Amino acid sequence: MGLLRYIAVRAMLIVPTVLILYTLVFIVLRILPGDPVLAVLGTKNIPPEQLEQIRHNLGLDKPYIVQYFEYLWNVLHGDFGTSMVISGRSITADLLERLPATVELAIAGLIVSLAIGITTGFIAATKRDTKLDLGLRVFGSVTYTLFIPWLGLMFQLIFAVWLRWLPASGRIDPDVGLETVTGFYILDSIITGNMEAFRSALSHMILPALTLGLVLSGPYTRLVRTNLVKALESNYVLAYHARGVRGSRILLHAFRNALIPVVTYAGLQFALLLGGAVLTETTFDWPGIGTYLVEKVSYRDYPAIQAVVIVFAFFVGVISLIVDLIYALLDPRIRY
Amino acid sequence: MVEILSKALTRILSTIIPSRVSGRGRALVYAGLAIVLAIVFMAIAAPLLTPYDPTRRAGRSFQPPSWEHPFGTNNLGYDMWARTVYGARTVLIVVFLSIVLSMAMGVPLGLFSGYYGGRIDRALSMLMDAIYAFPSLVLAISLAVALGPSLFNAAIAIAVVYVPTYFRMVRGQVLSIKEELFVEVARALGIPTSRIIFRHILPHLIPTIMVVFSLSAADAVLTEAALSYLGLSVQPPTPDWGYDLYKGKGFVLSGYWWLIFFPGLMITLLATGFALIGEGLSEQIRRERL
Repeated sequence: MGLLRYIAVRAMLIVPTVLILYTLVFIVLRILPGDPVLAVLGTKNIPPEQLEQIRHNLGLDKPYIVQYFEYLWNVLHGDFGTSMVISGRSITADLLERLPATVELAIAGLIVSLAIGITTGFIAATKRDTKLDLGLRVFGSVTYTLFIPWLGLMFQLIFAVWLRWLPASGRIDPDVGLETVTGFYILDSIITGNMEAFRSALSHMILPALTLGLVLSGPYTRLVRTNLVKALESNYVLAYHARGVRGSRILLHAFRNALIPVVTYAGLQFALLLGGAVLTETTFDWPGIGTYLVEKVSYRDYPAIQAVVIVFAFFVGVISLIVDLIYALLDPRIRY
Repeated sequence: MVEILSKALTRILSTIIPSRVSGRGRALVYAGLAIVLAIVFMAIAAPLLTPYDPTRRAGRSFQPPSWEHPFGTNNLGYDMWARTVYGARTVLIVVFLSIVLSMAMGVPLGLFSGYYGGRIDRALSMLMDAIYAFPSLVLAISLAVALGPSLFNAAIAIAVVYVPTYFRMVRGQVLSIKEELFVEVARALGIPTSRIIFRHILPHLIPTIMVVFSLSAADAVLTEAALSYLGLSVQPPTPDWGYDLYKGKGFVLSGYWWLIFFPGLMITLLATGFALIGEGLSEQIRRERL
């Protein structure tokens, strides 16, 4: 029963995180100088009565404290309000439409970064103190400082413009006529058995996922290397050797233990993954939450920006909860 | 104050040019310093390095790199090499401002929060942890939007995002240092608390602060580039690498590679330079402690 209780307590901790970020963004967006309505309309030649009307419709004429709690109440009911730019456009609907694209990209990026990071880390640890090890370690530190849009655009130049192997941007070829079920295109094309759409979605996914994954892989290389080296030096590995266990089997045991911190780190890095996804999305015109945020930024659509921050904060909280649970399941010493 | 500074300086110098330890850490610091100093030199000596104005037409549009225009020209016929050297000024100013600002906020808050503890410490830690856990770029974007696009506002937005990094590191260290004997002695001697904090505890933190400084400078370079890539930092035609890269994006399909390759390379190089310094320093510190 301890685990359920732990989950409940741990889930409660998401609330303050989301609240703090909501409050911060609310304060920043409201109290700073500049009239958001004027900023959105971009002109000052509007009769005051009409301005008042717009403010009233958006609820901006109410006291801040009322606005704060009203918005919170609505968010709790799944209503993120309406866009300030396109009047009456529901932000919740917009977000729901775009969320699958971001999640799909984030998952693909995570898989790529883990694949690259774990492989290079494993090789570096087993070929310890060789030139290859040094090379991989340098690779691990340099990838982190690659500027995502640069890497993405260079990939586009090489693989889309010069070699013509892959599409430069977008999420799917619009001609393949994919029926959306879940919003995850790769999943949808499998469900509907649309092979052409599957190929298209996959080929559009490769460059963005590679860009995001490569930049985030460095820390995994390092983490896996350090932990595997430590594990290989530990007493239980010595004991295995003493008992005459085969080398590859020992490596497997050590490797499994070296992977536990990777899970924790993957969770911690999730915020970085989301931040990177924003840049990857804008670079590849990927229609996710990141491009949504950037579109809204150019119009200074405050409610929409606020909504994106809340959704991201919630996301980060939930992921860290999931990671804690996986951690508990992986490491038998942890009991709640 | 002067004493702290001079102590800090000798400390920094002794870490950068150590007498006892050598090897990888020092090599990394040197490599990083070489890159950063080269770019700083570029920023200072910009008018000597190019005859062109970065915001004026210098020739035909879309010329590929040549002796005349080493980095080519863009759609408006601006010389990209001139934009690169002058752009170094923009990014260095924003990064320097933002790091100094976030240190000025994060370090004292961390010192007091860690030293005094109690309710305010818990509240501050919670606030900082919430910001720390959140995607920093998204937060910086929101702040930059609210403040309006400009060089100074971009610096503020980046500064706010990195305050928790300094706060958490400083607070964590203060928690352990304040239990040490010399702090207890200082307290027993009746030395005022603020003096204990700044004169007795702070000097111990300087090596770690240096590491965080260079690592967060690397992050700040990337965040500044991202903000200007999204049009939230300096406004055109001011030369800025991130903005130039964004402009280059429009010409990917035309294959004008020099409009993308050079601005992005500079961003990555500068970030790598700071990161190398940070890593080298942290390796040195780790070895010194062993």
